[in-house]
Amino acid sequence: MKKNGVFALAFNALVILFMLAPLVIVCLVAFTPGLSLSVPTDNFSLRWFKAVFAHSDLLQSFKNSFWLGFISASLATLIAVPAGLAITRFSFPGREFLNGFFLSPLMIPHLVLGVALLRLFALVGATGSFIWLAFAHVMIITPYVLRLIIAASVGFDQSCENAAQALGANSFTVFRRITLPMILPGITGGWLLAFINSFDEVTMSIFVTAPSTVTLPVRMYMYATESIDPLMAAASALTVGFTLVVMVLIDRIYGLDKILVGGK
Amino acid sequence: MTSLSRLRPWILSSPGIFLFFCMLVLPLVLTAVLSFNVFDHVTGIKNQLTLEHYVTVLTDSYYNGIFWRTLWISALTALLCLLIGVPEAYILSRMSNPWKSIFLLVLLAPLLVSVVVRSFGWSILLGPQSVLHNLFAALGVGPIKLLYTESAVIIALVHVMLPFMVIPVWTSLQKLDPEVQNAALSLSAPPLTTMRRIILPQIMPGILSGSLIVFGLSASSFVIPGLLGGRRLKVVATIVYDEYMHELNWPFGAAVALILLTVNLLIMVTYNRMVEGRYKKSIG
Repeated sequence: MKKNGVFALAFNALVILFMLAPLVIVCLVAFTPGLSLSVPTDNFSLRWFKAVFAHSDLLQSFKNSFWLGFISASLATLIAVPAGLAITRFSFPGREFLNGFFLSPLMIPHLVLGVALLRLFALVGATGSFIWLAFAHVMIITPYVLRLIIAASVGFDQSCENAAQALGANSFTVFRRITLPMILPGITGGWLLAFINSFDEVTMSIFVTAPSTVTLPVRMYMYATESIDPLMAAASALTVGFTLVVMVLIDRIYGLDKILVGGK
Repeated sequence: MTSLSRLRPWILSSPGIFLFFCMLVLPLVLTAVLSFNVFDHVTGIKNQLTLEHYVTVLTDSYYNGIFWRTLWISALTALLCLLIGVPEAYILSRMSNPWKSIFLLVLLAPLLVSVVVRSFGWSILLGPQSVLHNLFAALGVGPIKLLYTESAVIIALVHVMLPFMVIPVWTSLQKLDPEVQNAALSLSAPPLTTMRRIILPQIMPGILSGSLIVFGLSASSFVIPGLLGGRRLKVVATIVYDEYMHELNWPFGAAVALILLTVNLLIMVTYNRMVEGRYKKSIG
């Protein structure tokens, strides 16, 4: 295969620059000592980071988002593991339909899900409820976990399961001792991917959060539509840092490239 | 025993089915009904049925304008992602590690960073005191207003959507057999012909599904036009938000949202049919 020419490499450099530019600028501006959104040149300051940690609304929203992501990713995993095994270990009429049904939130714009859930919440009086918000998040992130679990459970040799069964293990023991350990990387990878998707979700959440349950991205969106100051840059830089930590975890546990490109 | 084992997959997936029914099917049905309800600005939602909202959206020139703007912005975004993403994926596939993995990661990892953060980054870059602005000024290209224009929205959309184009193209490039390419070259096909006759047809399904995903996601994107389009530049998603949160005319907002959903699903389904019908046969 021929190597890339100079032109191709320059194109690549430009694309990479384009992809990194907004993230880098946010992190640089966060260190500005001034009041305007400019890149600091001579002295750097942590004043806006201090301001973030003194901003009780932002802290509350971070806590909301963190626990929301934690609870809904865990619930989504509890739902997706048995569903994934049902889809990969049994052949039954309606299997394709079930798979499509569980992946369908990926096809529906989050905006539409947001208005639909707002209607439901208004009718059942769930507006402002944290647990209903968590269920809404579980629905949108289940597909991510399910896909990884399906990939993990068709990817290993099923004769191990058959052998255990033939040796007299009941189906729960087979699951606990054979299947679960084999698909564990898929489960933890899926959990992390679900967590970060819940943590980042804005468009649906903006419709169904109340002042007490506002998540971090929704708070930041609201803030940015009203005023643009370096406080947002500092909060964004911290979010980027937090996301990097999750990325490293995903990479260690499952492989970041595998999760991003999809499949195995 | 047999009837029990037949039920087992359904029992295993029952928690999921129950949740999806309550949080997905039911709300969508309720919203579909809501979109036909009469709305009165004084008394609110009434139980009478009407087609008024749909008629307004489809005939009123203000809403038609917004739908057209959303469609051309999404189509242009998909086209730009195609023009940038396809060559970029191809260039990456010809690199060798570690650069290949590093660049792929840089290209795709922003997917995991909140879209609010990325849009905010663009609003700094395109804002009036920005680096880009000074660069243009230094080049003598007068003060260009970028922030709160369609260009700003499209730039940020391309940035956010590019990974969705690169992923399917990259996946189909990975399936290529390099020997076929080498065969073409050794039969003295010029590189451009090899590209056009050998590589492009094989990665076409990837390109098509990438454009489709980018188009669909752009048409319903809310945060980017909200932050970079400002208050005046409306797209479908932002008017749905306004109808729900400011006008409180939920039935009308529901009608707009459902039209958006229908357009989205229709494009996806027809495109999918087309791609599958055309390429499943030829690829086997």
